[in-house]
Amino acid sequence: MQDLGQAFNLAIRLVWSGDADLFEIIGLSLRVSLTAMVIACLTGLSIGAALAVARFPGRGAVLVAINALMGLPPVVVGLLVYLHFSRAGPLGWMGLLYTPTAMIVAQTVLITPIIAALSRQVLEDLHNEYAEQFRSLSVPGHVAMGALIWDARYSLLTVALAGFGRAVAEVGAVIIVGGNIDHLTRVMTTAIALETSKGDLSLALALGIVLLAIALTVNALVMMLRTTAGRYAYA
Amino acid sequence: MLPLAVEGLTLEVEGRRLIDAIDLALKDISLTVVMGPNGAGKSLLLRLLHGLIAPTAGEIRWGGMAMGPAVRKRQAMVFQRPILLRRSVAANVAFALKLNNDATADRRDELLSLVGLLERKRQPARLLSGGEQQRLALARALATSPEVLFLDEPTASLDPASVLVIENILSQARSAGTKIVFVTHDVGQAKRLAEDIVFLDQGRLAEHASASEFFANPESTAAQAYLEGRIVV
Repeated sequence: MQDLGQAFNLAIRLVWSGDADLFEIIGLSLRVSLTAMVIACLTGLSIGAALAVARFPGRGAVLVAINALMGLPPVVVGLLVYLHFSRAGPLGWMGLLYTPTAMIVAQTVLITPIIAALSRQVLEDLHNEYAEQFRSLSVPGHVAMGALIWDARYSLLTVALAGFGRAVAEVGAVIIVGGNIDHLTRVMTTAIALETSKGDLSLALALGIVLLAIALTVNALVMMLRTTAGRYAYA
Repeated sequence: MLPLAVEGLTLEVEGRRLIDAIDLALKDISLTVVMGPNGAGKSLLLRLLHGLIAPTAGEIRWGGMAMGPAVRKRQAMVFQRPILLRRSVAANVAFALKLNNDATADRRDELLSLVGLLERKRQPARLLSGGEQQRLALARALATSPEVLFLDEPTASLDPASVLVIENILSQARSAGTKIVFVTHDVGQAKRLAEDIVFLDQGRLAEHASASEFFANPESTAAQAYLEGRIVV
């Protein structure tokens, strides 16, 4: 309990003092996870929309696979990305190992199935509502996909948020491909792991509190947006 | 797209015959009303004629062409419960206009003006009243410039003022050359609008006659009972 109290004080002091190292770590965490989220949304929403609209043999198996991939262990993703980007790997020539780019790739791989699977469910529910009207209007598949994504945009914010939450909170993948290098690839979760292993629990907890505060702020903003949209019957 | 030729149209679902070998021909009639008791197959017939569901057996030909996407593209349908996009009133019409490569603001406003919703174009479509939503659905259907317009009980549960507005819009569409196929339970409405009546009973075509003949002298016992308001079980 004493640690928790100290951690709160330290967290506030660190943020209030504008600690450069802390803000560098927060900045990199947000940059890596937000970039991964944007890339994962571009691919995951397209996959989700296609699966929501299309009917083809084997669709059930694809859905099972996508849903199963939501539970990908971050360390396994980290290892796979490491194997690809290591010097002996097929993408070793790119020299990306232990860079923020490798961390973005790992997080993108980790959260794309989450965004695809969750968005598929949201978009399929909406498609069930629209399907007969779309068929009547002879709406082409790609137009239907775009319309579904646009009309479900507020619900999809929650999906994107789930992806962001998973990305910003994971440690296993980024520590393997990023290496937790100070001033280069150190993000909040890897810094927390490091400080904990060093026995500096107050600093680790302070970083955890900042991470939690970021997550709360992002969630509150999305909820406000959704509530406003719901009031106007757009969500 | 006329004439419409339907031969042996049958729809079976899980062993139940919901539409039973219907033969139907529509020629130079601009407004056909489909009537019949609940469960007679009126909505199913409309969906089959619009190609939303495939028949188990039989054939539908519009203007000599087999039912398919190319034919459906020249038709539009308004459902009993309007399916509106989660967008503004204007965006709902604009969506259909874009499909028709005709997405000008003037055309959009012209359609909204036709259905009396121009003043509300910026409002979310789903916050409109039931009658307004149905008028918006009608505007969106007309945005595709359909040669045939299907309406599945569009005025059910609407107040008389909204019914009148929709009937006036349909009259204008008919005058503009759109073929209208309309399902209704309302005998008074059928008398006001119909040129011919297709009467269904238990999935079968019980009667197809001009409106004047049908209301003056219905031939089938099912139609006689229906028009007299008798409950037939």
